[in-house]
Amino acid sequence: MNILNALLLSRMQFAFTMSMHILFPAFSIGIICFLVWMEGAWLKTKNPVYYQIIRFWTKIFALTFGMGVVSGIAMEFQLGTNWAGFSKQIGSVLGPLFIYEVMSAFFVEAGFIGILIFGWNRVGPKLHYAATIMVAAGTLVSAYWILSANSWMQHPIAYTQKGNHFISTDWLAIIFNPYNLPRYLHMVMASWLSTAFVVTSISAYYLLRNIHTELAKTCMRFAVHVIIIFAPLQIFMGDIVGVNVYEHQPLKTAAIEGLWKTEKGAPTLIFALPSNKQQKNLFEFGKIPHGSSILNTHSYNGEIKGLLSATPSEQPEVWPVFFSFRIMVGMGFLMFGYAIVATWMLVKDQLFTSRRILFASQFLSPVGFIALLTGWITAEMGRQPWAVYGLIRTADAVSAVSTHDVLIGFALIIVVYVIIFGGFYFYFLDKTIKKGPEDVSVIQPFGFLSGDTP
Amino acid sequence: MNTLALIWLGLIAFTVMMYVILDGFTLGIALLFPWIKGSEERDIMISSVLPVWDGNETWLVFAAAALYAGFPEAFGALMTALYLPLMVLIVGLLLRGVSFEFIHKATKTSAHIWEKCFCIGSCMAVFAQGIFVSQFIQGFSRDPQSGEIVAGFIGNPLHIFCIIALLVGYSLLGSARLIKKTEGSLQEKLFTISNRLQWMLLSALILIGLFSPPTSSNAHKIWFVLPHSPFMVFFILTVTLLMVFHAIGIKRRKEQVPFPALVGIFVITYLGFGLNTLPYIVPYQLTFMDAKVDDHALLIMLYGASVLLPLLLAYTFYAYHVFRGKINASKKVSY
Repeated sequence: MNILNALLLSRMQFAFTMSMHILFPAFSIGIICFLVWMEGAWLKTKNPVYYQIIRFWTKIFALTFGMGVVSGIAMEFQLGTNWAGFSKQIGSVLGPLFIYEVMSAFFVEAGFIGILIFGWNRVGPKLHYAATIMVAAGTLVSAYWILSANSWMQHPIAYTQKGNHFISTDWLAIIFNPYNLPRYLHMVMASWLSTAFVVTSISAYYLLRNIHTELAKTCMRFAVHVIIIFAPLQIFMGDIVGVNVYEHQPLKTAAIEGLWKTEKGAPTLIFALPSNKQQKNLFEFGKIPHGSSILNTHSYNGEIKGLLSATPSEQPEVWPVFFSFRIMVGMGFLMFGYAIVATWMLVKDQLFTSRRILFASQFLSPVGFIALLTGWITAEMGRQPWAVYGLIRTADAVSAVSTHDVLIGFALIIVVYVIIFGGFYFYFLDKTIKKGPEDVSVIQPFGFLSGDTP
Repeated sequence: MNTLALIWLGLIAFTVMMYVILDGFTLGIALLFPWIKGSEERDIMISSVLPVWDGNETWLVFAAAALYAGFPEAFGALMTALYLPLMVLIVGLLLRGVSFEFIHKATKTSAHIWEKCFCIGSCMAVFAQGIFVSQFIQGFSRDPQSGEIVAGFIGNPLHIFCIIALLVGYSLLGSARLIKKTEGSLQEKLFTISNRLQWMLLSALILIGLFSPPTSSNAHKIWFVLPHSPFMVFFILTVTLLMVFHAIGIKRRKEQVPFPALVGIFVITYLGFGLNTLPYIVPYQLTFMDAKVDDHALLIMLYGASVLLPLLLAYTFYAYHVFRGKINASKKVSY
């Protein structure tokens, strides 16, 4: 039996490269929005600590953004190399969305990234700030296009079928797919939260060692504000997304809930071992009566469709969806809990002195990213066996390439990704952090302020 | 109605051209590394492209997205047929890209590892691109059983000459660009390198010309059958003229001449091979008319592109303007 076929390998390769890739753009969006805030604060108050912050975080941004660009190229080409069937059938729907995505990202890279990172002594402060804002706008817009493409795959609308191809009938409807907006906000807030946790982590690292304290306190105070505002908002937004999912993809909801039979007032399971093979849960623990109905339909006795309403070949693989969803939600509440504690400590003026909370902050840096990844796994695995929900099966989307070609390509990619992204990104990130921000007197901004002509 | 598709095809051709020139010199600078050993000099070389390299690479992303969006059928066929060389390209560009980020972050002792990766990654990318070029000249075939488009045999002389031509051509572009950006002994070294490489480029181009007619019937028609031969005469004359300009520029140490001359050579050669394959988008299996999406989608994309592309070009130009001027040890860029 040919277990490692081209389809499975291609799916593994895409999942692997995509999971690696998404971390960088998400972190980039977070940092650049942080930079916009801090540079604004610096221009307004002229307090040098803000300048120190932007110079330090620009370094991390440059490294992260570069990783995002290079890993993004692999994503794009894979649509053809591994998913030619998908590209051929829906190219005319998703193509324009990708083109607009590239143009918005491009807009940023071609013009403003260079100025943002290297332009401190070449342009004036206002133009530099404009560049920072443009980069932030570019990344946010770029994310919107990608999310709208993905939302069309989750909930295809406004299309007709012509032979083997799908073509759009209404572009505005596709771009402003109502399904998309909550998902987009969910994603943007996820990247802000993930970044905020990295910021608190690095700040806590400095505070614990009593170095760069002024910078660390300013960063941490800001990040805790971000977390207390957005952690609860994110839970609320997640709920909106969940209701939408149930409306359009009831089987995904059933997989999330581990629910096999269609039920009114369906319960939430805290833990279970779902099995697609036996079409039931092998083990269940912690039933919360009516939980599922309340969460997904917002009514006490709402009906939830079970997985058995579809034939086994139409069902998603349940366990990855079930577990990744629980990890995501767990992380969400962990963030919320942290937000309450940290804000309380901040109000009582103990946040920067309590070693316990600083120690916890330092180790919480990956929570946001774990939630982000598991959220995407829920969304994408839950859509299976479809590449485009209800229209194109993943099995029909794969390219006609030989298994050994995919195997060679995948092996190359794993080696390079693990060495580069796994090893060296963190190595250099670590080095940058250990080295810490530079002294403000050494990195004088805008040469002409001190008499140089640019 | 194929006008829209033709415009979009022109746009793709233009973005590929931009990529070839802009990333061409970026890759070329890496290819020159084995010949320039001094760490100070290598720092200057990297500094000269550091602010612009990811913008340069994005033209490739743009071209691929434009192909995907306008001709999904061709995108799927080409990417599948060229699977392994594409993986080499991706991995090469990855390696090159991260080396850029890591070189100036690394310590003096470990920097040379990233310099090697920078050079190796660039070589891999150029190698893969050489295979694409030769595949386009040679043409694709169809698998008799499945009917899928597949790449032809890899490893004949044409492939080797195309890879060499691209390696040499990009090195020359890189060298010419650096000649503009540097001064003193480094610039003198680069003039010497360019002087040697230009003859290799000339030989490689002649060899490609000699070896391509037998492999592709279409090229034969255009290059050697009479109605088209004025075009060939024009092509050969222009390229020769530009080669002479380049040689004179190098000999007289005119730092502004070699780069535009080389850009001219690249553009003319590219146009020559491009027009040669029309109306095929996957030579000689799939025409652009058969591969295009519906006109409405093309129109939507053209609206956006007609506003954004001029803006992009303007910003690209502006970024180059901001980072203009010579780079020396005291004016290296860093963050």
